[in-house]
Amino acid sequence: MDYLEQIEHKSIHIIREAYSNFKNLAMLWSIGKDSTVLLWLARKAFFGHVPLPLVHIDTSYKIPEMIEYRDRLAMEWKLNLVYGQNKEALANKNTFPDGNATRIECCSQLKTKALQDTLHGIGTRYKIDHDTGKYEIWSNNEPFTGVIVGVRADEEGSRSKERYFSPRNVENNWEISAQPPEFWNQYKTEFAPGTHVRIHPLLDWTELNIWEYIERENIPTVSLYYDQGEKQRYRSLGCYPCTLAVESCAKNPVDIIEELKTGKFANIAERSGRAQDKDDGGGLESLRKGGYM
Amino acid sequence: MERMNIVVVGHVDHGKSTVVGRLLVDTNSLPEGKLAQVKATCEKNAKPFEYAFLLDALKDEQAQGITIDAARIFFKTAKRYYVIIDAPGHIEFLKNMISGASQAEAALLVIDADEGVQENTRRHGYMLSMLGIEQVVVLINKMDLVDYSEKVYDNIVKEYQDFLVKFGLKVDIFIPVSGREGDNITQSSSHTPWYKGKCVLEILDLLQKKPQPVDFPMRMMVQDVYKFTGQGDRRRIIAGTVDLGVLRVNDEVIFYPEGKKSQIETIESFSSDNKTAVTAGYSTGFTLKEQLYVKRGQLVTRSVDPAPECTSRILVSLFWLGQKPLKRQKIYTLKYGTAKVQFSIEKIHKVLNASNLEQFDNTDEVSHHSVAECVLKLQQTLAFDCANFSVKTSRFVIVDNYEICGGGIIREAVKDQYANIRDQAILRNYKWERSMISQLRRAEKYNQKSTLVLITGCKEVGKKTLAKILESILFNDGKFVYFLGIGNVLYGVDADIKNNVDSQNEHFRRLGEIANILLDAGAILLVTAVEIRQKELDIIKLLVNPDKIVTVWVGDSVTTGIEYNIKVKGIPAIDESVSQVKSFLQEKGVIFSAI
Ligand SMILES: Nc1nc2c(ncn2[C@@H]2O[C@H](COP(=O)(O)OP(=O)(O)O)[C@@H](O)[C@H]2O)c(=O)[nH]1
Repeated sequence: MDYLEQIEHKSIHIIREAYSNFKNLAMLWSIGKDSTVLLWLARKAFFGHVPLPLVHIDTSYKIPEMIEYRDRLAMEWKLNLVYGQNKEALANKNTFPDGNATRIECCSQLKTKALQDTLHGIGTRYKIDHDTGKYEIWSNNEPFTGVIVGVRADEEGSRSKERYFSPRNVENNWEISAQPPEFWNQYKTEFAPGTHVRIHPLLDWTELNIWEYIERENIPTVSLYYDQGEKQRYRSLGCYPCTLAVESCAKNPVDIIEELKTGKFANIAERSGRAQDKDDGGGLESLRKGGYM
Repeated sequence: MERMNIVVVGHVDHGKSTVVGRLLVDTNSLPEGKLAQVKATCEKNAKPFEYAFLLDALKDEQAQGITIDAARIFFKTAKRYYVIIDAPGHIEFLKNMISGASQAEAALLVIDADEGVQENTRRHGYMLSMLGIEQVVVLINKMDLVDYSEKVYDNIVKEYQDFLVKFGLKVDIFIPVSGREGDNITQSSSHTPWYKGKCVLEILDLLQKKPQPVDFPMRMMVQDVYKFTGQGDRRRIIAGTVDLGVLRVNDEVIFYPEGKKSQIETIESFSSDNKTAVTAGYSTGFTLKEQLYVKRGQLVTRSVDPAPECTSRILVSLFWLGQKPLKRQKIYTLKYGTAKVQFSIEKIHKVLNASNLEQFDNTDEVSHHSVAECVLKLQQTLAFDCANFSVKTSRFVIVDNYEICGGGIIREAVKDQYANIRDQAILRNYKWERSMISQLRRAEKYNQKSTLVLITGCKEVGKKTLAKILESILFNDGKFVYFLGIGNVLYGVDADIKNNVDSQNEHFRRLGEIANILLDAGAILLVTAVEIRQKELDIIKLLVNPDKIVTVWVGDSVTTGIEYNIKVKGIPAIDESVSQVKSFLQEKGVIFSAI
């Protein structure tokens, strides 16, 4: 059993634990490489099926290729895709691209708030119809009590404090010091009414592991990750006003793996292309406490 | 590249973070510019630079000055990747240390040369041995503060070794280091010419990775049973992770604690490659040749393997992390693999203070941060392994009030009063000649789930009336249903023991066996008996799948300690009582409501 297989099978075990223990369970799919690996692992865990809704938060500023790719896979893999959006903030132009909010405020409106409302069932949920390929309002607005999320420990200081099963209290707060212990494949799967739990099957994975796995399994990913001849590509995906491409000639996962191992990115953090992280030192940490992943 | 998880433990302020920070710097594992950035911040705030700051990624944490969670830190050598789990030493955070250590393959235990062995130095050492971490490297840190004195070093080594040996942990690797000055971390130091051993980094690379336990009897716990019907899928897949050994197509397998057997038909995977075997460590799934009633928490073995223990009393060693003490007379939940069972403490043999190994006998509770040896009384039979068979599959955790509050290993299976009945049932299941018609097909045909409805209560409350009316209603609905008064058994099957005063258990054993046959035939069986006690229900539960038993108490006064599912009035409101039981059966999915 090689290392990649070890983390793969541990992740699958965790995904199945979540499925067996949470009645209202969803998985976040940001379209990025991490949550797409997560989706792939779910298909493995459930032998080709994905028996839980996939939630996507559409800020409306996502790079168009991302949405095309999302809808294509949703149809092909018969995914229960659900998206949510902060319609109000968009209507009021309360956003960074409109010049009415800082990057951090914009994130907290279009991502954090939209996500919380969608998960709690307060915000409208739109679900794909596999016959038409169109989205329709989903009648289910029960809150999700378990949400599977593709965060990795190596991404960022604050994320390295996470647990595999990480409870949030009623206010969505993340009480770092109150986290329950996890040991021996035993996770916090019982919870008081009102709590919900974030489940992190990819905690042990690094950016490099993600690419090695994408390469090994031949997982379809958005073309934005690869240089299309312009000598640049995205290393991490987000909204176009805040995500910068990096200079790179990597054209496929093999090139990216090489670049991460030996090339110029070997010692540079992945999120360096995300402008909002630079706005304030502890920005990500404050966003995380508020529920943004 | 290979990868190894390492936990760093030790008393607070003995230098864990400093040693790790030093390892990161000296192996060039920090992100570009990080060191300079932290140094600049220190300068700006007129604070001396500390290697420990490198790890303090969290704002909160810097404010508190202690590393509060089992953070993960990555670095690599020419040989492999290391994941350092920086376990905090503050006493409040013992739970974090345990969650860190439980994932680790080796431990670095840091002792301040100046302060010497402290409370947590001892506690952590004991916990490491209980958590089954065999590779422990002890770093005597801050050697610069004691002038790199060999004597100070030797004394601490001796004191600590004497402590560890008391509970059988053998550690022979000790290294004198200074995290701050970098002595013996990534290269041998000239300050300690008397030390002939290797530096920390070299020692790390010499540690062994434990291989997956493949050469073992097979063990897998059922995680779930999947039947996803999308896209015409008809597979009924039993999913789980193989804990020990190898599972192959065509293996005869047994599901414990019931002891039911079947054969592996296919090993399933997502891609279409036809797997014929799967080994320990892999999450997998298989289909069976003969369908059985399988559920989460069952333990699967092959019939060629030694059988697991099956009982409801276990002798365990445990550690307790709960704020409130672990007490007798309280109900807790035990999680063993994917099984979950409620229990109470039957007896506390001894409680140990893990920092000085002081022992208390005859106590009534296990307090925060103690270690104890206890007998647990489980509310259901559990199938498990003991630590002398395999530590990995002997582990459990305890949940109290939604939180994991403790954990431990099962030392011994203790006989309970039902041992004989259980053994007979396991053998009976193993020998059972299965017909070609599966339980599932019967259930489909009769449009019902076979179930034993135990109707009990005081005398003359209308048990039989209720049962007979219910029987007629279900019969008229087309159900396969049968009423059996206990008297019908008493004068026939039980004729030989009818007058024995001490044969109450045997009556219920026979009733259980009859019920088992009728349930296997697919029936809904309605049994009436006066004042059934929990003890008797327990016997029936050993013989009939507990999920297929519904207990109804008739009448207002409940005179036994039985845990019933539903209580109804009986005579004063017989029709209402009947429909209450019927709706309960519908709710439970035994029969289906005709909306
Ligand atoms: N003189 C000296 N001080 C050290 C050494 N290692 C750590 N310290 C100091 O001991 C204090 C606690 O260290 P830290 O690494 O935070 O301890 P932790 O609580 O075990 O993580 C800090 O002030 C360090 O500077 C050492 O090797 N020599």
